[in-house]
Amino acid sequence: MEFFRFSRDIPFMSWRRSAAVISIATFILSAFFLATRGLNLGVDFTGGTVLEVSYGQAADLSQIRGVLTGLNMSDVTVQNFGTSRDVMIRLPVMPEYSSAQLSETVLEALRQADDTVEMRRVEFVGPQVGKELLENGALALLFVSIGIVAYLAVRFEWKFGIAGIIANLHDVIIILGFFAFFQWEFSLTVLAAVLAVLGYSVNESVVIFDRIRENFRKLRKVEVTTVIDNAITRTMARTIITHGSTQMVVIAMLLFGGEVLYYFALALTIGILFGIYSSIMVASPILLWLGVKREDLVRLEEKKPENDGAVV
Amino acid sequence: MNRYALWKYLIIAVSLLLGLLYTLPNFFGESPAVQISPLRASSQADTVLLQQVEDSLKRANIQNDGLFLEEGSIKVRFVDTDTQIKAKDILQSSLGDDYMIALNLLPNSPQWLANLGALPMYLGLDLRGGVHFMLEVDMEGAISTALDRHSADIRAALREKRIPYAGVERLGETLTIKFRDAESREQALSMLKSDYDDLQFREERVDNRFHLVASIKQEALVQMQDSTVQQNITTLRNRVNELGVAEPIIQKAGADRVIVQLPGVQDTAKAKEILGRTATLEIRMVDEERDLDAALRGQIPFGSDLYEERGGGPVLVKKQVLLTGDRITDAQAGFTEDNQPAVHIRLDNNGAQIFKKLTRENVGRRMAILLIERNRTEVVTAPVIREEIGGGRVQISGSMTTLEARDVALLLRAGALAAPMDIIEERTVGPSLGADNIERGFNSTLYGFLAVAIFIIIYYMSFGMISVLALSMNLLLLVGLLSILQATLTLPGMAALALTVGMAIDANVLINERIRDELREGVSPQMAINAGYERATGTILDSNITTLIAGIALFAFGSGPVKGFAVVLCLGILTSVFTAVFVSRGMVNFMYGNRRKLETVPIGKIWIPEDSRTKKKFNYAALAKPTDKTVAAAQSAVEEISGGAEMHDEIGQSDVESAATRTAAPDSAQSSEILLSGSDSSRAKTQAGKKATGSGGRKSRKK
Repeated sequence: MEFFRFSRDIPFMSWRRSAAVISIATFILSAFFLATRGLNLGVDFTGGTVLEVSYGQAADLSQIRGVLTGLNMSDVTVQNFGTSRDVMIRLPVMPEYSSAQLSETVLEALRQADDTVEMRRVEFVGPQVGKELLENGALALLFVSIGIVAYLAVRFEWKFGIAGIIANLHDVIIILGFFAFFQWEFSLTVLAAVLAVLGYSVNESVVIFDRIRENFRKLRKVEVTTVIDNAITRTMARTIITHGSTQMVVIAMLLFGGEVLYYFALALTIGILFGIYSSIMVASPILLWLGVKREDLVRLEEKKPENDGAVV
Repeated sequence: MNRYALWKYLIIAVSLLLGLLYTLPNFFGESPAVQISPLRASSQADTVLLQQVEDSLKRANIQNDGLFLEEGSIKVRFVDTDTQIKAKDILQSSLGDDYMIALNLLPNSPQWLANLGALPMYLGLDLRGGVHFMLEVDMEGAISTALDRHSADIRAALREKRIPYAGVERLGETLTIKFRDAESREQALSMLKSDYDDLQFREERVDNRFHLVASIKQEALVQMQDSTVQQNITTLRNRVNELGVAEPIIQKAGADRVIVQLPGVQDTAKAKEILGRTATLEIRMVDEERDLDAALRGQIPFGSDLYEERGGGPVLVKKQVLLTGDRITDAQAGFTEDNQPAVHIRLDNNGAQIFKKLTRENVGRRMAILLIERNRTEVVTAPVIREEIGGGRVQISGSMTTLEARDVALLLRAGALAAPMDIIEERTVGPSLGADNIERGFNSTLYGFLAVAIFIIIYYMSFGMISVLALSMNLLLLVGLLSILQATLTLPGMAALALTVGMAIDANVLINERIRDELREGVSPQMAINAGYERATGTILDSNITTLIAGIALFAFGSGPVKGFAVVLCLGILTSVFTAVFVSRGMVNFMYGNRRKLETVPIGKIWIPEDSRTKKKFNYAALAKPTDKTVAAAQSAVEEISGGAEMHDEIGQSDVESAATRTAAPDSAQSSEILLSGSDSSRAKTQAGKKATGSGGRKSRKK
């Protein structure tokens, strides 16, 4: 079986201007939503308390709200979580309660109102810890970016490093843009997914870059656009099959992974889709725009035998 | 060409065997158990206790699934959690306070596996349920307590040495000692400098006053922080023991933080209460004038309390508190001059003075050292005072063994927290959610794997089968590795496990696509397999290293659940490179490497573009403007793509041949499909095509 039958190279590079418009537009849109709406940061980053409780029957949200108001707790979010029996309660940082008291007080009050309530999960994060987690997340992002640029620069050439990382950061911004637009909760797990996407979607660029290098060696005196188009076309089958496989697993996670893995899988899905797009329509045009040449990659390897010859 | 040396097969066999062996315990599951361990060093878990446990269970008519002595504690298995909890309550009441009775899960794997160190994966709190706390030591509080103590000591010392001073004041993290003249300041400085080596002093003159500003030295601060955290950890550990948690984790995190993880704890309210509790130590006098018997009958005299002495009978203790435990700077077990076990206590300056006075006035009487926790007060020991004790060094001896001395020293040292602690992070997962999470993670992996496996087998046929086998081995090795390392598996970790399945297949897709590419170019099957693997390997390494970089960053900067994700991701990358490149190659070599005449590669139906043979449409000049340069470039490009510049003529020949075949088989459509493992007629067609292009391919490679 073979799905992809390209009898000629697809002229991807001739579409690079329209692609640039699309990329810049999505980028600006994402940045806009990030700036105006902001990320709906989870308790991991903001600090506060999340309580997940489960009832024997469908939960009465207004009753729960009433109980909390009775405790003099304002600024509380109460919402269903997964099923109608599961409820998630989010409480901001409250200096008048210690973390230990807070969750116990709330659970006790809920238990009095309805004794079928069962504690599923309590998460309390102090404000200073939240700040640290956010800082560490940003640091990790920076570290990964530098690491990838450095690796690609050593393994290929600096232009590849730049092109690869811009394409990937483009993916990251778009994932964040989606999370900002839909106000999906951005938790520590989603951050892990974003960083995993950074590592994963650079794979895509690497595979194409590898082909570009190979083509530069094999196809002499061919225009750079042709080299790139050919590299992309010939890796197309692999791209679709690989990402299709990964996406199958991610869909399994979306379906069976429960609430915690849902947003994780969602971030991965966006990352995978835009990862394909960006390595083809962002990384490669940037490479072209940075003026990648055959000599960038081939020169070094060809000089060696000459030198050896001179010695002999 | 496609052959492995024996040692390579051996490596595969051995790693497969190890993977199987260490993955095995995960299949047996775990059964609920109760673990009984002695709390005091003086009581032991031995066969006597084992008999005792067995008897009390038998009396209560509780069935157990086995009961054994292991690593200083007794473990009893049960059929279900209900029996387990019932048994815990019964054992608790029959064995008393000297033993910790904890709920636990024990792996069901056979003993020989456990002997090999093969254990199931270590599940994180989000999978097994439990509490995770991060506590921060309130260093500011600790510093101000220390300074308060110092200020009292300094005042006393100045008074004793008759050095006139105008006052001692604490301002933030400094102490200001005020003098009226420079002379007395000088005197005080020389005295204080020699007595307080963890303080640094600075002279200051404000208006007509002579000030001495004292602050704690940097190195002393660091040391204080370390010892404070250390002491708090010891205290927490003692308290957690009381909770009855089988495998608690209490560790230092950073300079002033402590992580406490209590797997399987269901009563989180109690856990928090115990961790946040402040235990205190008090020294009071034993009331020897009143009637103990009357007190025992319920007539407790006014101004006294009745307590139980550890390892002894009841004692009446006066209500007046003479000294509290925060004056104790250290407590160590040791011996008296005549080799009796004893506990050596060191008091701070102020405490020493109080103690000196107390002992001077009460020679011959008994004092009581009490430990107060929650609402429970216990007399640790009630020794007779033999003489006045000065210098702040106190020795407690009496009817105790070395082990008891150790316990008392530990209790005195660790009875109270050295500094208050705040819970700055809490993650509690109820047991039902933990079980749900395991199921979710498992199902995601299972269904993800099945979907990928089915697709890959359909798409790549036998080679797909090999890829899927390699993928299964990857999972096997990964689970085995996680079991060996006992790395904590969290729900994000399980997500990484699933994701590894999706990502690891990439390597095999790359290889299989390369092999197809080579076949498309007409390379002979053995050559194609070899070239496919060789060429894909570099790409696979490159792309996996970039993912590894992300994984390492996640591990370095991540915390808790993210770290769990990173561990599995990084290990998954390592195992997947090994299985996808090395193991799958081994399988291919084993199956096809020995066939001298491998005519087809069972890698699914390969579509060969008509133009690669007729070359008409593969004209790049059509894309670019046909200047001389581009035409030449395109020409060579075409040559290159179809397998080497020197091949031009041969390719031409092959074109003729395949064109001939095509006319012989007119049913083939525009783009002729070659079924490499297909029917006879198409095989004939394939061979015809291959003979020509195949020889060309070989030639081009020689160049």
